[in-house]
Amino acid sequence: MKLNLKIWRQENATAPGGIHTYELDDVSEDMSFLEMLDVLNEQLNAEGEEPIAFDSDCREGICGQCSLMIDGEAHGPEVTTTCQLHMRSFRDGDSITIEPWRADAFPIVKDLVVDRSAFDRIIQQGGYISVNTGAAPDAHATPVPKDKANRAFDVATCIGCGACVAACPNGSASLFLGAKITHLGELPQGQAERDTRVVNMIGQHDAEGFGGCTNIGECTAACPKEIPLDVISRLNWDLHAALRHGK
Amino acid sequence: MTDLPDTTNSFDSSRTLDAAALAEREGAQQTDDAADYYVDGDPIQDTKAPGGPLEERWNTRQFEARIANPANRRRLSVIVVGTGLAGASAAATLGEAGYVVKSFCYQDSPRRAHSIAAQGGINAAKNYKGDGDSVYRLFYDTIKGGDYRSRESNVYRLAQVSTSIIDQCVAQGVPFAREYGGLLDNRSFGGVQVSRTFYARGQTGQQLLIGAYQALERQVAAGTVKCYTRHEMVELIVVDGRARGIIVRDMVTGEIETYFADVVVLASGGYGNVFFLSTNAMGCNVTAAWRAHRKGALMANPCYTQIHPTCIPVAGAHQSKLTLMSESLRNDGRIWVPKNQADCGKDPREIPEEDRDYYLERIYPAFGNLVPRDIASRQAKNMCDEGRGVGPEVDGVRRGVYLDFAEAIDRLGRKAIEDKYDNLFDMYARITGEDPYTSPMRIYPAVHYVMGGLWVDYDLQSTIPGLFVTGEANFSDHGANRLGASALMQGLADGYFVLPNTIRDYLAEGPFEKIAEDDPAVVEAQQSVKSRIEQFMTTNGTRSVDSYHRELGHIMWEYCGMERSEDGLRKAIDLIRSLKEDFWRNVRVLGSAESMNQSLEKAGRVADFFELGELMCIDALNRRESCGGHFRAESQTEEGEALRHDDQYAYVAAWEWGGADEKPILHKEHLTYEFVEMKQRSYK
Repeated sequence: MKLNLKIWRQENATAPGGIHTYELDDVSEDMSFLEMLDVLNEQLNAEGEEPIAFDSDCREGICGQCSLMIDGEAHGPEVTTTCQLHMRSFRDGDSITIEPWRADAFPIVKDLVVDRSAFDRIIQQGGYISVNTGAAPDAHATPVPKDKANRAFDVATCIGCGACVAACPNGSASLFLGAKITHLGELPQGQAERDTRVVNMIGQHDAEGFGGCTNIGECTAACPKEIPLDVISRLNWDLHAALRHGK
Repeated sequence: MTDLPDTTNSFDSSRTLDAAALAEREGAQQTDDAADYYVDGDPIQDTKAPGGPLEERWNTRQFEARIANPANRRRLSVIVVGTGLAGASAAATLGEAGYVVKSFCYQDSPRRAHSIAAQGGINAAKNYKGDGDSVYRLFYDTIKGGDYRSRESNVYRLAQVSTSIIDQCVAQGVPFAREYGGLLDNRSFGGVQVSRTFYARGQTGQQLLIGAYQALERQVAAGTVKCYTRHEMVELIVVDGRARGIIVRDMVTGEIETYFADVVVLASGGYGNVFFLSTNAMGCNVTAAWRAHRKGALMANPCYTQIHPTCIPVAGAHQSKLTLMSESLRNDGRIWVPKNQADCGKDPREIPEEDRDYYLERIYPAFGNLVPRDIASRQAKNMCDEGRGVGPEVDGVRRGVYLDFAEAIDRLGRKAIEDKYDNLFDMYARITGEDPYTSPMRIYPAVHYVMGGLWVDYDLQSTIPGLFVTGEANFSDHGANRLGASALMQGLADGYFVLPNTIRDYLAEGPFEKIAEDDPAVVEAQQSVKSRIEQFMTTNGTRSVDSYHRELGHIMWEYCGMERSEDGLRKAIDLIRSLKEDFWRNVRVLGSAESMNQSLEKAGRVADFFELGELMCIDALNRRESCGGHFRAESQTEEGEALRHDDQYAYVAAWEWGGADEKPILHKEHLTYEFVEMKQRSYK
């Protein structure tokens, strides 16, 4: 198929950016979206134009490094990561607009690459269970009911890609935050730090410039791992509990 | 080299051979396949593993290894390169112990390292199922699975610490699969007859890595670890014979930065991307390890490559990577091809039972579809070479076999299969556009893991004092082949439990003398980094880096892949050499070195892959036997099974860098088995 690509290009964080238009022929429907961009980059390199910078690593939908707003949707039209989106989701002659994640808290590094280190700093504020290596009891010392273990797993599948933020009109990271709060809060091991965790992580979230949640739900619709919206209820519940406990 | 600390091994990297000795050694090797390509060096040995009863050795070493005074630790600095399981766990644990840790990764966050993509599970000798598992059995299975090419002491230790890993991860909140009683579930995995594999659906690597990542971020908050993301190590700094720092390129600004420490840990992963197409992430590379190799660290058994049998077949020329389907699928899926070539293009559902060849069940009735990875891979290749492959023709050959769940869905119900594998089935459907619940999957082998890596002693220290290597980047525990669900085990064993207990012996001598910024070794290293980048930016040729990488990968897959032969390997070496020459003359890297430049990043990695690829071929040429992941066409039984030659090759081949355009030097570490009897492997 033949495509008309409108792609955001920006030299660095401070330079002005803009949409550039490229034509690409012979795109196969078996290509992944990023393989399509690889082919475009080969073409640009041959023509003497610098290839387009974009993030990707595992290309199997698990590392969370790839991003991209595709026609205004985070990770494009399917419920998956950009690297797992395939060109069979598009048609010959399509015009596709490709932009970086859009959020104040994710500044642009170059072209389609953004800086998501704010997520690491949120995790630093309590997104863990404090146990030094070697200090753990036997793994069977504490049984975990299967439904709680499953729930913890389901929300722990968050890949930290930032699609929830990019999709949210407020640029809120509440889904990301709620997923981690729920993951650790479901487990007996996570109870000791439950109150301080939620207060500190939300504090960092706000300090990073992410917006507040107004229950729009775009985040969960865009999430490639289908993290459910109710983790945000859990986040708020835990926050209220922590405040009641005087944290 | 002077003032070698007494903790170093017996290998002396400053040794030089005089010309006569070289000629004599070369003469002695004339009958070897690889004689023209290398120089014979002195044997080496691991001097750190204690003797005595196997089960006491690790305790002995932990006791004998000195302890760095707790008050001193905040003056002792450690650099850790890589944030996968082996790197993040090491950095976190060393931070907890109070050392000053700097952690580096090329990704935009430590959480993205490629350990995250491991699907199947992690082994541990917990014997929670009461099915006869034990530390000794895990040890024995690992030695046997490695085809008797690993060290008994190392492997026993790995099995011993495996149980602590599970405890640690559960305490961190890793959501392993559980039974209704709330206890942990296990499954059997990859050619093993006990259920010792712990798992988190098909995303075990992700969950373990998130656990290690969170432990790491906790230390960042505590101020013991500083993380440098989007920083790629491009050189090792060796001063007075000790590893004392690294040079990195800030991938955002392009700045070349120098960091010093008392000790450097490489946890930089494997080099499967030398094949271009592999299941590795796009950025996985050998550069950190190769730079260390060029500075004197030996590279051991580079030809030992694991080809994973259950990957999604290549779809076309645009392919950028291959996707693995966890081999846990082999527990329930049955592998087959049509008996008749005429059926290969048909809809598989229309091929009747009697016209299907369940070839693994036929050839290996005891293990069936659960034979080790190398056997499953090679048999798939054999079936396709016979013309019985399935799926679309690529370059005139159908390269795929069926992995069929119809019988399992009948027996267990669709729901049970969904519970076990839904994410894998979804991934398959997304990539291929086919539904594996109603039609069999198509699979084909792909490069997945490398057992080879930098040579380390029992302490995980390389031949450069102060340079330690963990995880897939070292060669230590898997011998010639790795069992399923053992990579995660080794990464975390190294990072959480082994390295922190051995590195302290080295650090007990520190802090070492501060290094001057203008030390000649530092200046030289910085200069070489800058001039290499300069060369890439000014060559201004006509071919992209990717095009070279793709061609190199094709050579490697063709001649140093599932089956290697003398003629093929010689041809590969010639092809690699001429392609490398062309690369340096004709590569095109556009843009600027002073900003993010993904072509430039790739150019540095591919340049190192050329040198590694050549060494892999030489190593494969030298090893005229078939063992584990290395199959030499010249060494097989009449039935076409791998044939080892323990009398000639029961050694670790540890290669010393001989210099650019010079021959590498082979040091042999002979393997002795005190506890396990070496047997020719049989899965029939």
